[in-house]
Amino acid sequence: MTQTEAPVLPDATTATSAGRPADAPVPVVEMRDISITFGAVKALSEVSVRLYPGEVHALMGENGAGKSTLIKALTGVYSIDGGTVLVGGEQRSFGSPAAAQDAGISTVYQEVNLVPNLTVAENMMLGREPRIAGAINTFAMNRRAAAVLQRLGIDVDPRSVLGSHPIAVQQLVAIARAVDVDARVLILDEPTSSLDSDEVAKLFDVMRHLREKGVAIVFVSHFLDQVYEISDRMTILRNGRLVEERMVADTSQLELVQLMIGRDLEVLERLDRDAAAAAEEPAEPAVPVLTAVGLGRKGTLEATDLELFPGEVIGIAGLLGSGRTELARLLFGADTADRGSLEVGSATGRRSGRPGRRRLRSPRHAIDRKVAFSSEDRKGEGVIGDLTVADNMLLALQASRGWLRPIPQAVRTQLVDQYIKALDIRPADPHALMRNLSGGNQQKVLLARWLITEPELLILDEPTRGIDIGAKTQIQALVADLAAQGMSVVFISAELEEVLRLSDRLVVMRDRRKIAERPNDGVSVSDVLEIIAGPQATTTEKEETRG
Amino acid sequence: MADTLKPPTEVPQTSDDPTQLVVRRGPLAAALSHQLVWPVVALVVLLAVNVAADPGFLAIRIQDGHLFGNLVDILRNSAPVLVVAIGMTLVIATRGIDLSVGAVAAIAGAIACTTLVDSASQGAAATAIIACTYALAVCVLLGLWNGFLVSVVGIQPIIATLVLMVAGRGLAMLVTDGQITTVNNDFFSGMASGFVLTLPIAFVLAVGVYALTALITRRTALGMLIEAVGINPEASRLAGVRSRTIIWTVYVFAGLCAGVAGLVIAANTNSVNANSLGLWIELDAILAVVIGGTSLAGGRFSLTGTLVGAIFIATLARTIASIGIPPEANYLFKAIVVVVVCLLQSPQARGALRAHLAPARSPKGGARA
Ligand SMILES: Nc1ncnc2c1ncn2[C@@H]1O[C@H](COP(=O)(O)OP(=O)(O)OP(=O)(O)O)[C@@H](O)[C@H]1O
Ligand SMILES: [Mg+2]
Repeated sequence: MTQTEAPVLPDATTATSAGRPADAPVPVVEMRDISITFGAVKALSEVSVRLYPGEVHALMGENGAGKSTLIKALTGVYSIDGGTVLVGGEQRSFGSPAAAQDAGISTVYQEVNLVPNLTVAENMMLGREPRIAGAINTFAMNRRAAAVLQRLGIDVDPRSVLGSHPIAVQQLVAIARAVDVDARVLILDEPTSSLDSDEVAKLFDVMRHLREKGVAIVFVSHFLDQVYEISDRMTILRNGRLVEERMVADTSQLELVQLMIGRDLEVLERLDRDAAAAAEEPAEPAVPVLTAVGLGRKGTLEATDLELFPGEVIGIAGLLGSGRTELARLLFGADTADRGSLEVGSATGRRSGRPGRRRLRSPRHAIDRKVAFSSEDRKGEGVIGDLTVADNMLLALQASRGWLRPIPQAVRTQLVDQYIKALDIRPADPHALMRNLSGGNQQKVLLARWLITEPELLILDEPTRGIDIGAKTQIQALVADLAAQGMSVVFISAELEEVLRLSDRLVVMRDRRKIAERPNDGVSVSDVLEIIAGPQATTTEKEETRG
Repeated sequence: MADTLKPPTEVPQTSDDPTQLVVRRGPLAAALSHQLVWPVVALVVLLAVNVAADPGFLAIRIQDGHLFGNLVDILRNSAPVLVVAIGMTLVIATRGIDLSVGAVAAIAGAIACTTLVDSASQGAAATAIIACTYALAVCVLLGLWNGFLVSVVGIQPIIATLVLMVAGRGLAMLVTDGQITTVNNDFFSGMASGFVLTLPIAFVLAVGVYALTALITRRTALGMLIEAVGINPEASRLAGVRSRTIIWTVYVFAGLCAGVAGLVIAANTNSVNANSLGLWIELDAILAVVIGGTSLAGGRFSLTGTLVGAIFIATLARTIASIGIPPEANYLFKAIVVVVVCLLQSPQARGALRAHLAPARSPKGGARA
């Protein structure tokens, strides 16, 4: 793609970690030869990174490369085993994230760590609440929070309870909190992983504004386009080691991927085509695996009809808050519907209940009908942090077998090894604790959890969230492959390209209802955006193609 | 499909291997990080204190084919707390707590004793068995009640079980008519004072409960499912775990365990005082669980840890008596010891201690400019 925004810096030509001109700005943060070891795993070995004021610095690398660890090393979450950290030229070592924040380093971690029981405003102002004579001034707090939220274009009531919002909104609140602090350094670890393009654009506006003010920004993302749009400099990591520091303007995407993965992009492109080819295979009409009639729930989703056939992939497109996640949850029984009927699963298992009133009572009910659902909220609704990778993978299968029938050891080993290999989970250790895996690798384990149950209907809500570019195509190919073998898939993603690439049929949602449904015959992203933006079009007239 | 992503294209310098570098840890470090280390160390230290105060403390003699001595007493005395703590361990693993176990123990004792007294053949072994079965059945009902409040109604465990903690003693009083009921049944008192295979029956019974629980939780998938529910209830629910049933079951089990403990305590005194039987045993049980390394935040549990913890609590009680701590300082001493052990258990505290003891790490890599 074209590198539109990369601003020219004084030293943009002296690309790599070589010397800088004498008049160059001094890094506000410099990490030198940082090493961190967790038990038997060396997560970082002698990694150096320099953050300059007024620059957006991208940390790049595959899942498990050490990006989040490097960030946590800087902000005092982890103690460093070797190397030095200089902040403003002074050697520092923060004992806690709070200490780093006091030193002007404001961080949004990869997994939202706010307090779900508090309100949005309380979360944003936590620890620095406006006070009158010692008492928290709730009015001022809400007003201030509202102002910040508005600047980011986030339409959320500051008085609402944080936990009541979807994970993407919680992430936005975390970002709002971080940018509101007067910081020298702003660290954003995968802030855009579940955001729509609109929110990303607004976030980038704010980032550009802060950059002009001289803030050093660290940006982590697996979306290369975003990295190229916003960042000036990048540091590339691989397997816990520093590969190179580069100016973004001097590095092509192809080259970057090669540096990150250590192999050619060609492979990825080929797979990409494979996936597309598989997805285009026409599904033969048969008995639907899912029939929803007027399915809805007060306050979350208006009555929705949906039908899904074996081997079909339905993509659900829609913006944040359009009801896409809510629909998925109703289809799985994660929330119970209060209107309409829903029949899922194989013809044998589903003829129960009174006609016209068939619904799912619970996730378990759905799983028994061979439905699987991978939630968008990895930390809150997926990961069992203190259990091992193996236990996490086998949880759904074990639960459906019942506690009295433990999975035999041989089968356990075989299944777990198979999926660790197939999804390239790192470290490839079934006994590693789930919470110690990198975000992307956790996501892969959760995917494996559901694939192991061999579902007939797989509902994937943001399954590639936080997954690196290599693995993403791999997972997309996997989904296409499973569909070709007869599995039905409901695929939800904020990334429209991905939805379009995979789905046979497209459902577009807005304002908590389905506004359009059409076969995916060469629909483009702009078509979808038009449907979303346009008047409530239920007919699917093909728009004129754009120039 | 998936493997197609890994062609052996050549990679510059660093690793081709997908896993990270592996750093070896010494066996000592590995042993020290085992979760049972600190409770065992604490127990050994406590025993050493006793030996220092009384060199003959560890002596064990055989009399009439039974073992006698301080250690044997400790094991016998640990039985009630151990049984209660086993049930408590599972409750705590689901993020819950059961404050009502003491009251439930009192009810069990009360029912067993009044049944015995009211029976025509008070001394018969069959009567004792019927009385105990009757008592335990009521405990199951009480556990069902607790579990219902927690898992179905959704009341917070500490509040839900507080109800029975308070009301339970009242129930026990009703059963005994407020009297101290004394019984006379050899079979019944044998549960506390008898011996089997040279060991006190009470302890053998408690260890039996421990072994059975360990077997059921670890040989089936129950233990893992309990842990999953305790670590992340919502994720477990979405993975199809029947968390409600599991939570309900552990409260029933805790009630049953409390009942067994109540019977043992009543058998020990051959009487029941509804006001004092099992008083504060919930606190000792919770302490035993925590000392054993199971976190009150729920999740991973260690039954063996609880076993060690319960023996520690019993040893502590004996120590207080034997080294002559004045009775008025009893609770204070106990509190201090417990705080120290819990600090040793806490990774943060251990980390801080290590950082304090170890010489400051020299910053390396200084050679590079
Ligand atoms: N607390 C921990 N204990 C053990 N290993 C850990 C711990 N934290 C991280 N690791 C390991 O360190 C490596 C780097 O993880 P990190 O989270 O930094 O990756 P990442 O680059 O942020 O990946 P992602 O893109 O998936 O978020 C991984 O192999 C991970 O398993
Ligand atoms: Mg990360």
